[in-house]
Amino acid sequence: MNKACLRIVLLACGLLATAAAAQQSGLVDAMRGRTPLAEETRPPVLPNVENKDLRRERAYTMQPPTIPHKIDGYQLDKNANRCLFCHNRDRIPETQAIPLSVTHYMDRDGNVRAAISPRRYFCTQCHVTQTETKPLVDNTFQDVDAVLKRTGGAQTKAERTPAR
Amino acid sequence: MKNFLARYWRILRRPPVHLSFGLIIVASFAAGIIFWGGFNTAMELTNTEPFCIGCHEMRDNVYVELQDTIHFTNRSGVRAKCSDCHVPHDWTDKIARKMQASKEVWGKIFGSINTREKFLDKRLELASREWERMKANNSLECRNCHGYEYMDFTRQSKRAADAHSTYLARGTHTCIDCHKGIAHQLPNMAGVPMWSPKSEEAPALQ
Repeated sequence: MNKACLRIVLLACGLLATAAAAQQSGLVDAMRGRTPLAEETRPPVLPNVENKDLRRERAYTMQPPTIPHKIDGYQLDKNANRCLFCHNRDRIPETQAIPLSVTHYMDRDGNVRAAISPRRYFCTQCHVTQTETKPLVDNTFQDVDAVLKRTGGAQTKAERTPAR
Repeated sequence: MKNFLARYWRILRRPPVHLSFGLIIVASFAAGIIFWGGFNTAMELTNTEPFCIGCHEMRDNVYVELQDTIHFTNRSGVRAKCSDCHVPHDWTDKIARKMQASKEVWGKIFGSINTREKFLDKRLELASREWERMKANNSLECRNCHGYEYMDFTRQSKRAADAHSTYLARGTHTCIDCHKGIAHQLPNMAGVPMWSPKSEEAPALQ
């Protein structure tokens, strides 16, 4: 009886010590911060969506371009596609919006179709707006050009090997 | 029947025996005010939101959708109610619209959109009617609040300023041409000009 009791107490102490150690060593939930589990965090203020209509740089070649304007209330479902209202091929002369790339008219077998391919229909699966806020976590991403410059990797292996 | 009518016709033709001319004038005047005021008050009652959403067809469909939009909830708290957009403000046009609305009473009685499914099936027809009405009156109900003359393009986003200073300024387009579906959800837009490819071949989505 006493032994069992002691074991439970020891276990509890151990758990508490681990939790305290975890908190001291900075293992804090990035989203919750130091708010105790029993309390609710104060959510950050909703940031505004950037609405400058200035196209942004792509971080890598295949990155879907981000949306440089607000899309509040844009209907995007099987009935209507508010994005295509401006960005569809035949709407470009009137709206001067950026047309969809040709890949969006290709089906999965690479055939170019007249209308947008159904698999590309839901724009916001890849294209997203950006908000005027600081990133939640640090990011050490480097552009491929920066990497190449640093490593001298712009040349091929053959070029790098000194000619005999 | 003929005798009956003739009897009342004689009464109407006979000059009043006991009432004074002045009393008749004053009484007619008062009755006129009461009738006219009562008529307009009753008509204004049909312009109120509680009246519109008194039917579940409006309350459960279009009113719910409106609540997410900028015309219901926004930073300054100014909002549009049903009649601001769907009933002309001028008296003659209002009467004309109210007479057309008798068809909606018919629809209510016979339950033409009394389920969500029926409503969705009929939505394109209902929406098209509103689009045509607004196209015909040059988006009058939009312009009751949104005056082109008072738009500050420098306060608009570039896209908005570009569109408003060209198509709207020239009058080639009117508000509803581009701003469909801003207060309620859109029906299937296949076949609607500007919304579907010219080839009329919408993406094969079901």
